[in-house]
Amino acid sequence: MTATDALSRLQGAGRHALELEAVSRYFGALVALADINFTLGAGERRAVLGSNGAGKTTLFNAISGDFPPTTGRVRLFGEDVTDLPVHERIRRGLRRTYQISLLFGGLRVIDSIYLACRGVSRRRFSLRRARRDDEAIHAAETLVGAVNLEAVQGDLVSTLSHGQQRQLEIALALAGAPRLALLDEPAAGLSPSERSDLVEILRSLPRHMSFIIIEHDMDVALRVADNVTMMHNGRIFKEGTPTEIEGDSEVQELYLGHGRG
Amino acid sequence: MEARRRRGHGIFSGGIAWSDLHPGTVAAVVFLLAWPSFTSDFFTFQIGAYSLILGTIALSLMLLAGYGGMVSLAQLTVAGITAYLVAILGDNSVGVMGLGWPWWLTVPAAILAGAVLGALIGAISVRTEGIYTIMITLAIAVVSFFFVRQNYVLFNGWTGFAGVEPPTLFGIYWRDPVPFYYLSLLVAGGFFCAVAYVSRSTFGLGLQAIRDNPRRMRALGFDVALHRIFAFFLAGLIAATAGVLLVWFNGRVSPGTMGVEASIDILVIAVVGGLRHPIGPFLGAVGFVLLENFAIDLIDRERFNTVIGLVFLLVVLFSPDGLLGLWNRIRPRLRFDRNARPVAGRATMDAAGQPASARQSTS
Repeated sequence: MTATDALSRLQGAGRHALELEAVSRYFGALVALADINFTLGAGERRAVLGSNGAGKTTLFNAISGDFPPTTGRVRLFGEDVTDLPVHERIRRGLRRTYQISLLFGGLRVIDSIYLACRGVSRRRFSLRRARRDDEAIHAAETLVGAVNLEAVQGDLVSTLSHGQQRQLEIALALAGAPRLALLDEPAAGLSPSERSDLVEILRSLPRHMSFIIIEHDMDVALRVADNVTMMHNGRIFKEGTPTEIEGDSEVQELYLGHGRG
Repeated sequence: MEARRRRGHGIFSGGIAWSDLHPGTVAAVVFLLAWPSFTSDFFTFQIGAYSLILGTIALSLMLLAGYGGMVSLAQLTVAGITAYLVAILGDNSVGVMGLGWPWWLTVPAAILAGAVLGALIGAISVRTEGIYTIMITLAIAVVSFFFVRQNYVLFNGWTGFAGVEPPTLFGIYWRDPVPFYYLSLLVAGGFFCAVAYVSRSTFGLGLQAIRDNPRRMRALGFDVALHRIFAFFLAGLIAATAGVLLVWFNGRVSPGTMGVEASIDILVIAVVGGLRHPIGPFLGAVGFVLLENFAIDLIDRERFNTVIGLVFLLVVLFSPDGLLGLWNRIRPRLRFDRNARPVAGRATMDAAGQPASARQSTS
């Protein structure tokens, strides 16, 4: 590799947070993702829209490695991670939330967030209890405040309300200074005021951080996203700015015309 | 909020403050220390020490099942193999093997080998979940049992080894009831405190989070398989140390020591005692040993398993959290208990008998 190559790779890594190259995912005969080519710039916020079954969550699973793609390559920050397990991708700066909250019912809120901060650092196997001045404890305390869960931070996760669990999902995804977060319907089931809190949290994220958000609520999606990708039947159907997508007649026909939004 | 943080049960506590000590805990410690002074040798040795040894083996299972959600039937296999190693590396009276290593080499080597065996069993079984973990560890237990029974060169087959004794140290013969009781108490108490402490450590919290949701833990950057294998290693360390005590207690080791029935006894002890807190296995062990010794007075010797089976059934039916759960239910009604609070909901148990949404008991 020449110096110029290395430099251009580095610049490439700076430009693209995520690149998907001809990614497909089959479940038996079912084609969930078909030949997806997708690029996300560093610091870009993208909303992914599409009706149920369009392949949005499958796309997230292919990126995070929960269900790796059948064919195609996934590159994170310029590095090919297609063959890496989930936890290795996470350690490279990726985070995600789940459509249905996947949490630790038997743990306290603050301990869950602490683990999320610890997951991408060293001493995951430490047999010692964390000290009061541990940096992961500090990070967890900051995060618990950012998602408005201070009041319940000592409570068991299983006792949280639905809205609080969604907030906790967000906190877990933001722990450990991620560079790219995949947010799978974070606003689902939230009250209007919780939604605007969520929008505020997302808008206040550091600008170098990229995220992709799957959201049925167009209002939330369009307020936080720079660009919009429309999916349909496992394919990318349209890409553009929020205004372009909103004004597109095909999109309206296909998606907005059918009730939601 | 500050008050809650200072309560000292969370990750913030760092250490254990004397003020956290419950009067009941102090009373229990005094009682255990004084036990040999007001009981006969039989109660000190056959009941006391034996309960502590079985409780320690069951504690290793509690660590895996209660915190890790992994029910292993091979923890007694780890203890048994370690017991064999003590006889093989050290001295025995059978004339097979017995390499004659000094005790200070034999004991650490056997324990380390046992812990590594535990980690190996873990490596084989951690990619399975629930009932399949039980099946695979049961298979390992059965295979090990038949292996030591049929191997004469190393394990002396059906007979096993006899004449295995603890060293005489500081002028004390450690198999005498009172010294042996205190030795067992030291080991059991040490591991009890260690497990209670580690449950709130980064590793321990991670293990409980993996129990609740392995997929989510992967998405936080944790290597779930490695975390589980490390838990098996630690549990192996506990079971192996108890295995050394076991062979000293019996003076002998044979395939029956690690038979399938005995392995299931360990599971019964842990479940009947309670998997929520490290004290559970010891409660279960005391109950088991008392029944084993005294059921004969109430009912025919042959019916012992019927009694144990019935007790198991009743406890699992009426208190999925075992004896510990019964205590937690009674406790709020006792006025003298300053930590009394109602139990929030009963734990649901899944098919594998592990708490599906286990709540970390903090007292």
